[in-house]
Amino acid sequence: MISKESVAHVAELARLSFSEAELQQYTAQMDDILTMVEKLEAVDTTGVEPTTQSIHLQNVMRADKAVNDTNTEELFKNVPTHKGTLIQVPAIIDKEED
Amino acid sequence: MNFETTIGLEVHVELKTQSKMFSPSPVSYGAEPNTMTNVIDWGFPGVLPSINKGAYSYGIMVALALHANITEFTHFDRKNYFYPDNPKAYQITQAEQPLATNGWVEIEVDGQKKKIGIAELHVEEDAGKNQHEPDGYSYVDLNRQGTPLVEIVSKPDIASPEEAYQYLEQLRQIVQFTGASDVKMEEGSMRVDTNLSVAPIGSDQWGTKTEIKNLNSFNHVRDGLAYEQKRQQEVLRAGGEIRQETRRWDVDKKETILMRVKEGADDYRYFPEPDLPPVHVTQAWIADVQATLPEAPAQRRARYVNDWGIPEYDAGVLTNTLEMANFFEATVAAGAEAKQASNWLMGEVSGYLNSEHLELKDVALTPAHLAGMINLIQDGTISSKIAKKVFQEIIKNDTEPKAWVEAKGMVQLSDPAVLTPIVTEILDNNQQSIDDFKAGKDRAIGFLVGNIMKQTRGKANPKVVNQILMTEIKKR
Repeated sequence: MISKESVAHVAELARLSFSEAELQQYTAQMDDILTMVEKLEAVDTTGVEPTTQSIHLQNVMRADKAVNDTNTEELFKNVPTHKGTLIQVPAIIDKEED
Repeated sequence: MNFETTIGLEVHVELKTQSKMFSPSPVSYGAEPNTMTNVIDWGFPGVLPSINKGAYSYGIMVALALHANITEFTHFDRKNYFYPDNPKAYQITQAEQPLATNGWVEIEVDGQKKKIGIAELHVEEDAGKNQHEPDGYSYVDLNRQGTPLVEIVSKPDIASPEEAYQYLEQLRQIVQFTGASDVKMEEGSMRVDTNLSVAPIGSDQWGTKTEIKNLNSFNHVRDGLAYEQKRQQEVLRAGGEIRQETRRWDVDKKETILMRVKEGADDYRYFPEPDLPPVHVTQAWIADVQATLPEAPAQRRARYVNDWGIPEYDAGVLTNTLEMANFFEATVAAGAEAKQASNWLMGEVSGYLNSEHLELKDVALTPAHLAGMINLIQDGTISSKIAKKVFQEIIKNDTEPKAWVEAKGMVQLSDPAVLTPIVTEILDNNQQSIDDFKAGKDRAIGFLVGNIMKQTRGKANPKVVNQILMTEIKKR
């Protein structure tokens, strides 16, 4: 059972803010989702190597060659406000540099 | 109470690739904002990343140069965070299976050698850049988004700010000599995150560590850590407690200032990147990279000392930057005697670069011209006094030294057939000086040489003049 606090925490990490009613609603919905996913645990995986992939590919890579197909106009169609070619966003005060 | 200090350094270096880590956009520095980006860098729905093999090979190269063990089977992971400099809301990095583990760098502090361990190296992508304007908005440039990075994480072996400084110096040098990165702090192609804790000597527990930010040069790292070390000791001596916090180095006030207190661990919810298949680094791949790994600075130093008789200290100075080491070797290859080439580079050349705030690449001097000038001195064509003039010319202009000294009439007079008559004439006119010299007054020689120099307008080869002078005086 996922707690309301966990849902609130995840919402906070995603910079989303919910009302108490929404929080109740989403907690119940997320719980349903997790319960459904938990059904996978019924599968016996004894002897199966852990994997991070479902397809058997490896080393799919490209050569280090630059392609500049920037279409600034197209890209900026998704930018509500900009200054020149800079994207304008609300002021950012605190920054965790990582 | 006495304390011991533990310092941790996380160093990011940008890899010098043509294209980005997971998209084919060009990597560039200083281009018009957002013009070096594509839909992948912007995190548009439905786009797929692809791994830049050249970038990963550079990563392997850095890892090999730092004596680390390359991880054979690896995959990328997502590090989730929301921030405008990274529109897809996660950074692709290697959390579970890093590029390599267990490397080391050897440093020397107060004549003591020490190995500083490297816990791990991982390949990841850089974020874009935000700039904050007084108009109340921030502005985002995604050109840097996706630039390949290697993050190098030290083991808790660094015990003083000076060791941290030396570690960074060695790390910069080693990585620069691989050619995988420019490693320039001032251009952001090398960035340093630091943390420091102190604990009573002999304590079996680590102290609480603080992070120090805004350390934009190696000197700032050393000064910032030294301040923080002292601050923490004073807090503990006064019976206080160190909080887990992030502090900022204030360059003007020369102190660290509290930015924020950390509450709980960062919550990045890492998980394997589903859009990229895993990477298998084969022995053949490693061997390919190994074969192209340029000579490390330590190997070059050993070669200069053993093959060319250069003192160890000088070899250290010459290998401080790749540019200097390459210039030195090219000068020797162009025919200069190694010790002379080293003396000129460490002396006049470095002096000129420092006083003019220039780098080798900014001046007109070429290895061939420097070698040419050195040989003109060695074979007596020019005096060391004239050489200073020649040097000023060849470092400022692309001038061939031999042709120039000939055209300017700066060639030394070394021919005895020309010099002997001049010497005898001076002697004929200065009997008093000959008498003085024979009476034991060595200074008289200086007077005679001075006259010969005046007569030849400074062009006479002093060595040859002295020889002729002695022979001629003996005859009288």
